[in-house]
Amino acid sequence: MENKLYVSPSPHIHGGDSISKNMYGVLIALIPAFLVSLYFFGLGALIVTVTSVVSCLVFEYLIQKFLMKKEATLYDGSAILTGVLLAFNLPSNLPVWIIVIGALAAIGIGKMSFGGLGNNIFNPALVGRVFLLISFPAQMTTWPVTGELPMTYTDAQTGATVLSLMNEGITQLPSYGNMLLGNMGGSLGEVSAVALILGLIYMLWKKIITWHIPVSILATVFVFTGIMYLVNPLQYANPFVHLLSGGLLLGSIFMATDYVTSPMSKNGMLVYGVGIGILTTVIRLFGSYPEGMSFAILIMNAFTPLINSYIKPKHFGGK
Amino acid sequence: MLRTFRIGGIHPPENKLSAGKKITTLAAPKQVIIPLGQHIGAPAVAVVKKGDTVKVGTLLAKAGGFVSANIHSSVSGKVNKIDNALDASGYRRPAIYIDVEGDDWEESIDRNETLVKDCKLSSKEIVDKIAAAGVVGLGGATFPTQVKLTPPPGNKAEIVIINAVECEPYLTSDHSLMMEKGEQILVGVTLLMKAVNVSKAIIGIENNKPDAIAHLQKLAANFNGIEIMPLKVQYPQGGEKQLIDAVIRRQVKSGALPISAGAVVQNVGTAYAVYEAVQKNKPLFERVVTVTGKGVANPSNLLVRIGTPIQELINAAGGIPENTGKIIGGGPMMGKALISAEVPVTKGSSGVLIMNKEESVRKPMRDCIRCAKCVSVCPMGLNPTLLMNSTEFTNWELAEKNYITDCIECGSCSYTCPANRPLLDYIRLGKGKVMGIIRARKS
Amino acid sequence: MILIAVISLGVIGAIGALLLYAASKKFEVYEDPRIAQVQEALPGANCGGCGYPGCSGFAGACVKADTLDGLLCPVGGAPTMAKVASILGKEAASAEPMVAVVRCNGTCSVRPRNNQYDGSQSCAIASTLYGGETGCSFGCLGYGDCVNVCTFDAIHINIETGLPEVDEEKCTSCGACVKACPKNIIELRKKGPKSRRIYVSCVNKDKGAVARKACTNACIGCGKCEKECPFEAITVTNNLAYIDYTKCRLCRKCVAVCPTGAIHELNFPPRKEAATDTKTGADKPTPAPKTEKTPVTKEVAAPQEKVKEKTN
Repeated sequence: MENKLYVSPSPHIHGGDSISKNMYGVLIALIPAFLVSLYFFGLGALIVTVTSVVSCLVFEYLIQKFLMKKEATLYDGSAILTGVLLAFNLPSNLPVWIIVIGALAAIGIGKMSFGGLGNNIFNPALVGRVFLLISFPAQMTTWPVTGELPMTYTDAQTGATVLSLMNEGITQLPSYGNMLLGNMGGSLGEVSAVALILGLIYMLWKKIITWHIPVSILATVFVFTGIMYLVNPLQYANPFVHLLSGGLLLGSIFMATDYVTSPMSKNGMLVYGVGIGILTTVIRLFGSYPEGMSFAILIMNAFTPLINSYIKPKHFGGK
Repeated sequence: MLRTFRIGGIHPPENKLSAGKKITTLAAPKQVIIPLGQHIGAPAVAVVKKGDTVKVGTLLAKAGGFVSANIHSSVSGKVNKIDNALDASGYRRPAIYIDVEGDDWEESIDRNETLVKDCKLSSKEIVDKIAAAGVVGLGGATFPTQVKLTPPPGNKAEIVIINAVECEPYLTSDHSLMMEKGEQILVGVTLLMKAVNVSKAIIGIENNKPDAIAHLQKLAANFNGIEIMPLKVQYPQGGEKQLIDAVIRRQVKSGALPISAGAVVQNVGTAYAVYEAVQKNKPLFERVVTVTGKGVANPSNLLVRIGTPIQELINAAGGIPENTGKIIGGGPMMGKALISAEVPVTKGSSGVLIMNKEESVRKPMRDCIRCAKCVSVCPMGLNPTLLMNSTEFTNWELAEKNYITDCIECGSCSYTCPANRPLLDYIRLGKGKVMGIIRARKS
Repeated sequence: MILIAVISLGVIGAIGALLLYAASKKFEVYEDPRIAQVQEALPGANCGGCGYPGCSGFAGACVKADTLDGLLCPVGGAPTMAKVASILGKEAASAEPMVAVVRCNGTCSVRPRNNQYDGSQSCAIASTLYGGETGCSFGCLGYGDCVNVCTFDAIHINIETGLPEVDEEKCTSCGACVKACPKNIIELRKKGPKSRRIYVSCVNKDKGAVARKACTNACIGCGKCEKECPFEAITVTNNLAYIDYTKCRLCRKCVAVCPTGAIHELNFPPRKEAATDTKTGADKPTPAPKTEKTPVTKEVAAPQEKVKEKTN
C-alpha cells in the first residue's frame, strides 16, 4: 500500500495561493482604516465591528452546518471579511440588534441563498448594508461626530456627513486635511482616505487585486463631477471633495473589487468601474440619497454576468 | 528591458538543482525497450525481427507515414522480441526489446569529437538526412523535425527561432547542452537556416542562464546571422507561440501554424541532434536527461541511450529517495506522472523529476470564487474557469466559441487557482472533445 | 380622485393587453399540434437516450419521420412507441427490451492497484491521462461517470468491489452510461427471458498471461468457451471472448468452462437444478465447476442479485 506512486494530470506543482490567503490579505489591508476608525469613533467602532464579525461567523456556521449540511468553512476568512466590510459601512452608533439583522441579511440573503462563497451575485456586505439602509433609514443616516478615542456608543453626539451637507446645499465643508485623515462624520470605515489608500497599495503589492476597478471608478467620478463643477461651481462641489467624501474610496477599493461579483477580464473590469463611477455620481448629484456608492455597486454587480459574456479577455493572436 | 511574451504567464520557483552539473554519460543497460511510437504522428514500422543482430545506430523501424519518424537502435546486441511494452501512461504499446552485447557502432557514424563546420549539402539533402536520422523536436512535443522544415505551400519561412528558454522549473538538460556543445549547436542552427533558406536565426534564452547567454554570444560572433536574445524569465515561454511573440513580436493567429508568422521554431536540443545527424551521420538514439528532485541525492544531467529504463537513471543519480510520491517524466508543469520507474527513456524525455509524498498530493478543491487569476495568467488569453465549466456541463458550443482548442495545456491556470480547481484537467478533456467535434464536422 | 386612478390603471392595462396580443400574433410560430400530443405520451425524462435533444426533440422527429423505424424511446419502450404510433397513425417498430451490462469484473480483491490516482474524480479525465490504477488498462476506472449521467438512479458503484452495478428494475436502457464510459465497458444487451443473461464480463484485449497478471478474473482468450458453445454464439478476437446475445440460447456451458470466471450468468436459479431449466434442454447437467476460481464468480454474481432483491 505504502509504495504506490501517485499519478495525476499536469501541472504537478501549485503556486500555493489559496482563498484564505486572499481573504486575510484583504483583512490586513483593512487594518489602517480600522485603526483610524477606532481613534475617531472609539468604543462605538469596536462594538460595531466585533458584533458584525461575530454574527457573520455565527450565521455562516449555522447555515452551512444545519441548512446546507456541508462542512463549515469558517476559516477561509470570507465571513470575517464580510463582517468587517459590513461594519465599515455602518455608523458607529448603530444598536447591536440592527447589526445582527444586517449580518443575517448579508450572510443569509447575500451569500448563502446563492450557494455560498463563489456563487453569490451581489456583494454580501452591501446586501446587508442596503437592507439596513432601507429598513432603518433614520438610524442608518445619523452619524456620530468624530472625537479622540471617545468612549461613547449609542449615546454618541451625532452630526452630518460631507455628502449630506452638500445635498442640503450647505457649503461649510471640513478641510481637505481632515477629509484625508478621516476627521469627519461618516460610516466607521469610510472616513480616512489615507488609510484606505494604504490598503489599496498593500493589495496591489500583494497582487490580491489589480488597479483596473478602483482606478476606473475614481477616474470616472473625478471626471464626471469635475465637468459638473466646471458647468456650475455654485451648485456642485469640486471633484476632490467628491473623491474624498462618503464611501467612494472604501467602495471602490474594497467592495467593488470583490472577486465573486466583479467581471473577469481586464476590459470588463474597466467597463464595470466606469459604470459604478457614473451611477455613483448620478445618484450623488441628482438623486435624493446623498450617497450612491452601495447602490451603484449592487447595480453593476447585476451587470457582471452580462459583462463577462460580452467582454472577453484579450485573446492571443486575436485582432 | 528584456522581452517576453505579452499575455499572461507565471513565474514558478525555478528549482534548477542540477544547473552547472556536467553532462555524464550513462552506460547502456542490459536490456533496452525501444517503443515504436516515440513521436507525434503514426508509429514507426519495425524493419527488424526477433533474433536479428543490431549495432548502435542500426535502423529498427521506418517512419509509418508523412508525420512519423525513423527509429534506430541505441545499443548493439540481439533483438529479444517485438512485443507490447508498458508505456508511461500504463497502456501497452508495441516496442522492440534488445539484449545488449558490447558496444558496436555502425561504421557510417563519425565518432570523432572534432567540430565539422562546413556543409556542402543542399537544403533538400539536409532535410532528408534529418528525416533519415529520425530527429524529432526534443523539447517534449516530439514533432518530427523534417515535417516542420517542410513548410506547407504558400508559406515562406523568414527566420529560425531556437528555443533555449527551458522555462520548465527543475530542468537543466538544454542548459548543460549549451554550455558543453555550444559550437555544435550553432553549426546545427546554421544547418537549420540552410534547410529552410533563411539568413537569420535568433536563439532565445531566459535570463536565469547568464553563463549560457555569455558563452553562446561569444561563440556566435563566428557565425553569420545568429543572434542570442536574453529573455525575461516567464513560464510558458517555451511554448512555440509564446516564444515567437517574445522574440519577433508577432502573434500567430488562432488555429494557424507558426510558419504563418514566418517563423520556424526548433528546440536547442534538436539543433544539436541536427548537427550530429547531418555532420556526423549519427541518428537520434541518445539524449540528455535531467534527473532531479528535492530528495534526489545527486541531481544530474545524464547522456542516456533511448530505451534505458528510467530506474537506471534514478540509480545513477543516487537512487530513489524514501518518501517518493511521484515520478514525473518531464518538468513539473507539463510533465507526465509515471506509473512505474520501469518505463523506458524515449526521444521526448527531457527530465525525470522525483517528488515526495507531500508535494505530490493535490489540495482539496473549493468552489470557484471568480477571482479571475486564471484569466490573467493564461498565456493564450482564454478564460479557463469558463472553459472548465463548459466542459463540466458538456456545453461544447460555448467551449469552442471561447477558443478551447487554443489551449496549450501549460497548466498556468491550475497552478495559480486559489481554490485549487483542476482547471486544466477539464480543459484538456474539453479540448479533446471539441477537436473531435470539429474533425467530425469537417469530414 | 379614485376614479382617475381606476381609469388610468384600466387604460394602462388595456394598452398592455393589446400590445401582448399584437406581439403574440406577430411572433407566433406554427407548431404541429401532434408534436405536443406525442410529447404528452413520452415519459418526459429528457434523458437523450433516443439520440434527440430531449423529449420534445424526439416528438418532433417522430412527427416528421415517414416511418417510426429506428425511432425508439428507450425509457418508455414498446408501449410508449405503440401510443406514439397510434397518435401518428404509423406502424410502431418492435424492439426487444434491453438493459445495460457492465463488462468488467475486476474487483478490488482480484485486480491489485499499482498506483494511486490523484486527479479529478472523473473517468473521462483519468482515461485521457492514462490506463488506470491497475495493470489492466481496459477495465473499469471506478470514478462513476456512468453513475453521474444516469437520470434514473439505476447504476451505482459498489463500494466493496469498486465496480458499477446496474439496477435492472430501474434501467431503461437509454444508453447514457454506454456513451459516458470512456473505456466502453458498458454495453446494452438483450434483457433475456426472466432477465436471464450470460455475458463475458471483461474487455481486456491483452495477451492471456498479461491479462491474468493484472486481474485474476480477466478473460484470457483461451477459447474454451468458443469451443464449448453449441450455437456458435461466442467468438474470440484479440484475446477476448464475446457472446453474441442474438445467438446465445442461455445454455450456460461456457460459464462452467471458463477458467477465470470471466463469463457471468445473471438471474439463473442455483446450478444444481440447472438441468431442468435450460431452454435448450441440455441433455446432461453441466459438470460441477471444477476450478478453484469458480467461488470468485459466485461471490461477484451474488451481490448483484442481492441488490436486486432489496430494490424489489
